[in-house]
Amino acid sequence: MVEGEITGIVLLSLKVAAVSMVFAVPMAFAIAYVLGRFEFYGKGLLQALVTLPLVMPPVVTGYLLLVAFGPNGPLGRLFGAFGVDFAFHWEGAALAAGVMAFPLLVRPMRLAVEAMDRGLEEAAATLGASGLTRFVTITLPLVLPGVIAGAVLGFAKALGEFGATITFVSNIPGETQTLSLAIYSLLQSPAGDRAAMMLIGVSAFLAIGSVLLSEWIGRRIDFRARS
Amino acid sequence: MSLEVRLHSRLGEFEIDASFSAGSGVTAIFGQSGSGKTSILKMIAGLMQPQSGSIKTDDTALFDSAENINLAVHRRRIGMVFQDARLFPHMSVARNLTYGRWAGKRTGSADLSRITGLLGIEGLSERYPATLSGGEKQRVAIGRALLSEPALLLMDEPLASLDQERKREIIPYLEEVRDRMGLPIIYVSHDIDEVARLADTLVLLSDGKVLGSGDAVDMFSKLDFGPELGRYEAGALMSGTVHAFDPQYGLCTIALDGGQALHVVSQNIARGERLRVRIKARDVALSVRAPEGVSIRNVLEGTVRGFAVDDSPFVEILVDVAGQILRARITRQAFDSLGIREGLPVFAMIKSVAIGRRMVSARR
Repeated sequence: MVEGEITGIVLLSLKVAAVSMVFAVPMAFAIAYVLGRFEFYGKGLLQALVTLPLVMPPVVTGYLLLVAFGPNGPLGRLFGAFGVDFAFHWEGAALAAGVMAFPLLVRPMRLAVEAMDRGLEEAAATLGASGLTRFVTITLPLVLPGVIAGAVLGFAKALGEFGATITFVSNIPGETQTLSLAIYSLLQSPAGDRAAMMLIGVSAFLAIGSVLLSEWIGRRIDFRARS
Repeated sequence: MSLEVRLHSRLGEFEIDASFSAGSGVTAIFGQSGSGKTSILKMIAGLMQPQSGSIKTDDTALFDSAENINLAVHRRRIGMVFQDARLFPHMSVARNLTYGRWAGKRTGSADLSRITGLLGIEGLSERYPATLSGGEKQRVAIGRALLSEPALLLMDEPLASLDQERKREIIPYLEEVRDRMGLPIIYVSHDIDEVARLADTLVLLSDGKVLGSGDAVDMFSKLDFGPELGRYEAGALMSGTVHAFDPQYGLCTIALDGGQALHVVSQNIARGERLRVRIKARDVALSVRAPEGVSIRNVLEGTVRGFAVDDSPFVEILVDVAGQILRARITRQAFDSLGIREGLPVFAMIKSVAIGRRMVSARR
């Protein structure tokens, strides 16, 4: 395997993971906020639904995605009308990665929302801030560390997603073959060990890098440490 | 400006049924923990909704269940200082102070340097709340509320989370705010000393009901509220003007309104300054003849105005000292043997040592 191919695999994986997070993070935050703040009928059901990808076999999740978002699936047809084709395309890999990472995104965000002192929002209201202003100036900055922690965790998960991806979009070099899938393919062939080791090294580097990045960002926005 | 409050609310087993009005100066809502003080404050601020009643300022109804009015918190223009400061941890002191301006769309006519000067927080603007002491935090919180240009300031036990040292540090600032900002303040507390120092009007609350309300000095000199104002701590408020300070003995002579002198241990206070002194009933002894050769520095002449006798070993007596009421608590045995009755001239004796510095406060 030549270096150009390895670079291509890494770039594709980063693209898939990044695109999945762009869509999944805001959705996960909205759900985390609703779960952390409100009591409503069906809250338990929503909670279970969000956790499902974590506990279901990834193959099953991938198959369900194929049924729903495949060329003949109801959602697949809907998106197809807008020119977005998931099955066997990198967009599908991003969708699978986002769905599988979703529970990991929601959990730290929800904890941050629940841990936030609502008294601060009350104080802001007495100072004249409207609901939207309170959300932007108080709530959002204070839960941001939780949102970033969730996003980094989700990004790392999305980079390495395997089971649902291979089931939903298969293992097509240059289109859906992300890091984990490439490593899997290389390990199947007797000559692939060296290239596999390189990709494993890259995976480890990206994983450690994202954790360090999140720590660094966390420290940057940790107002408690400022003096 | 004045505030008219009429509230009814049932929170489970607990029922609040309170009506009172608050004018200029400090209106203290005094009551034990769990008497509903904080709930009433939250209802005025709009953070809690009463089941029925009305809350009205001079020209605006903030809440009126009959007319279906319930103004949102951020439209009420009511500043609130919470027990736990509630500074925004991710903002500098300067950003906290000006929050009402940049986030609350308040015009910014309140004078920042005047208010930070008044509260002694000029040097803190670049700091973050986590690095402030408890007393500094509370002062910043007061400044932040004042800078949001409120029509009314609510204070929910602003000193309760502080130690004695910090309380002593902040009370003079509260007195400054009261005397210089010209803003009605509703002050909730269960500390009789704080209330005695700060209150112009007193609302006595017990178990969600208003037992009585009125001028603080009058309220402190009524016999009906003995237990509620703290049987052990009960005392009257006397007003006067600083006449002289004797640095050699560390004694301040106060010319009481009506013309008698009271000596208290204190730091140097400027001559001519108006003071209010709380004198606990249990620190006052009575004599029917002019006492001689006693160590007690304060002997005030007066006449017995009233008393409350029951089965307890103590009798609570009100003594009229040139128009001001002093409370004395003596044993029933002494009461009987001295033959105390209404109109009897008596000499009230108060040990200067019994009047602590916390009990003397300035009033402009």
